[in-house]
Amino acid sequence: MKLKADRATLLKALAHIQSVAEKRNTIPILANVLIAVRDGRLSFTATDMEIAIVEEVAASTSRNGATTAPAATLYEIMRKLPESAEIELDHPGGDAQLALRAGKFATSLVVLPVEDFPSMTAGQLPHHFSLPALVLRGLIDRTRFAISTEETRYYLNGIYLHAAVADGTRTLRAVATDGHRLARVEEPLPEGAETIPGVIIPRKTVNELRKLLEEESGSVEVGLSDTRVQFKLGTVTLTSKLIDGTFPEYERVIPKDNDKVLHVGKKDFADAVARVSAISSERSRPVKLALQRDVLTLSAASAEQGTASEELDGDRVKYESGPLEIGFQARYLNDITDQIADQVEFRFADGSAPTLVQDASDGSALYVLMPMRV
Amino acid sequence: MQASDPGRPLTARPLTARPDPSLCRDCGASHMPGAVCPTCHGRRILRHPELFTLAIAHVDCDAFYASVEKRDRPELADRPVIVGGGTRGVVTTACYIARVSGVHSAMPMFKALKLCPDAVIVPPNFAKYTEAARQIRALMRTLTPLVQPLSIDEAVLDLTGTQALHGAPPAAILARFAGDVERQVGVTVSIGLAANRLLAKLAAGEDKPRGFFLLGQDAASFLAPAPVGLLPGVGPALERRLGALGITRLGQLQALDDRTAAHLLGDDGPHLVRRARGEDTRRVNPGEGAKSISAETTFNTDLADRAALERQLWRLCERLAVRLREKNLAAAGLTLKLKTTSFVARTRAARLAQPTALPDRIFAQARKLLAREIDGTQFRLIGIGASTLAPLDAADLADLADPETPRDVARQGAIDKLRERFGNDIVRRGRGI
Repeated sequence: MKLKADRATLLKALAHIQSVAEKRNTIPILANVLIAVRDGRLSFTATDMEIAIVEEVAASTSRNGATTAPAATLYEIMRKLPESAEIELDHPGGDAQLALRAGKFATSLVVLPVEDFPSMTAGQLPHHFSLPALVLRGLIDRTRFAISTEETRYYLNGIYLHAAVADGTRTLRAVATDGHRLARVEEPLPEGAETIPGVIIPRKTVNELRKLLEEESGSVEVGLSDTRVQFKLGTVTLTSKLIDGTFPEYERVIPKDNDKVLHVGKKDFADAVARVSAISSERSRPVKLALQRDVLTLSAASAEQGTASEELDGDRVKYESGPLEIGFQARYLNDITDQIADQVEFRFADGSAPTLVQDASDGSALYVLMPMRV
Repeated sequence: MQASDPGRPLTARPLTARPDPSLCRDCGASHMPGAVCPTCHGRRILRHPELFTLAIAHVDCDAFYASVEKRDRPELADRPVIVGGGTRGVVTTACYIARVSGVHSAMPMFKALKLCPDAVIVPPNFAKYTEAARQIRALMRTLTPLVQPLSIDEAVLDLTGTQALHGAPPAAILARFAGDVERQVGVTVSIGLAANRLLAKLAAGEDKPRGFFLLGQDAASFLAPAPVGLLPGVGPALERRLGALGITRLGQLQALDDRTAAHLLGDDGPHLVRRARGEDTRRVNPGEGAKSISAETTFNTDLADRAALERQLWRLCERLAVRLREKNLAAAGLTLKLKTTSFVARTRAARLAQPTALPDRIFAQARKLLAREIDGTQFRLIGIGASTLAPLDAADLADLADPETPRDVARQGAIDKLRERFGNDIVRRGRGI
């Protein structure tokens, strides 16, 4: 295998690759990137046995062949080479070392045999649809903060993606919950997704995909089976196993009859939450929301530090129901308001029941928050 | 690989690397160049890359009851001593000399005497042990307020951030503490120092008696070759189950991913794998003593049948739930206890995903533990206990991922109200009748 490519191209590809490559290092070859030139085309592959990423890389190749070398080391070297460098990779085959040359810099890297590199195949993917990258980003950004990290309920450690019918319209839904909050986002169902199974996409896959989406503005091809999902973004293909479990029947926990409605400006609200919650360094301390007609008082207290409160009223708050007091964890409020553009709509039942939160001008996302005792 | 490569030693240990920090356990001097302390000529030298940064300590007294007896009767110092006897006729504690002959705690006394005929048997004197334990605990509290007693002779200490206060790193003040205990209380302790509670406990067991052992970044590779049974919570039953899957070493557990672990080992699989890697997020909680709440019953006739055992277990779960709620507590972990007709005790423990004080949820977990023990053995006793306690406030919270919770809590509330007005028997679950 022999090729030449410019540093920027290799660096960008290796950044994607090394983030998937296994860092825990329990199986050495998983820390390696598979570098292959086949039919004159260069590709990089990394896998942690759960996720595999394959990237086609522009290069001028002069000899076919393949080997595997430590992804993190290659990435580090690439980062430290001068920006305009042209890089040559040369591997004669077998267990000879991989030579990397850039100008007067040269290095030889120990390789592991290609035959030992685990291949993670996607298998048959009976379902195919395509989504604009922007839409996929929206699905992820508005749900992933609610993904659980609790290991005993592993089926909550991902985003549940499935097709649903809402008000007679077919939608593609992404849902995540950790038991304390739930996020549900809907987008119009893309063609080809009508019969997809409900799948749980693991957190790491979601995070890797989100990083790739940062650089993608076109559309993403999604392939799906009961056990695998595959995303194709330009020259990158991300394949992942799915979480083998049953996502809870989340519809039952979404309150239907919450009739106490609060409208408040997102910035006013988020700033006030940030200020009053600064009184306590304990993350789990609640922020109390006390509501009276068109007045919202936020407050927080800490036994060690004291108390803080802030009143929002006048044209900044609209609330017409009876008095109500309810508490939420500040971080949970922030995570949700971060996703809302302008006006936040809260729908309460009482001080101890799940509360519904939405963007007042965008019904596509819905959040449910469990209150805390205050 | 490439042993002949002349560059190899340098890459393995860069020129800039300093020797690992070291400390003399006897005099507290640091920077030991060799195996003997230049200051006090002691040979008990600690050396570890993270010697001065690790801060979670597990302190375990060595053969505690026996040591207290030897302290008070110096003539027994060099003799095998067994504390125990009385009505139950079992070994409570054996000193290290007796242990050499194979005697261990919970062994029937006649068997212990067969193994070690010249042992001196001392009946236990708990008042004395409690007093010694109190003294040791008082010494611990001078090191840090974060002392969590785990039993009479075992505690875990969080020494994070105490360096400024003591003017010395945790390892140094622990070495001094061990000396203080020997001089002031007259018993020896073994100390494990690590980054978390699990590793600290494992480290404490590594160098007994009078030990001091550290586990840092090296923990996972240290644990890898160890048998799975080394891990607290992996009893003979789980060990057999793992063995059937071909898993005998912790390294094999370490290599499993969450899904495979859950698939092979059930819901607790991923947790077990994390523990095998030496991960533990439990905090040192001084409020959490070594208390537990439980309920047990001895049968009129021995039982082996699953349905019959479950009926008994359900009643106990109801009783346990009532006891928990009376004390405003909930179970965060459960321990099932069984005793066979030949008086062999089996205990099986499990963690709960969420603390609970609902009998149904306790029963759901308890019957899983019981199911694994049904093998035709006749049992004479069954018990269920809350092994880790949580405040009732934190239990059975409404949970968006578990739509049943509010209904379960409401139903139990209704049952409690009925019983309050009309007595316990007014309403009973079908399976309890």
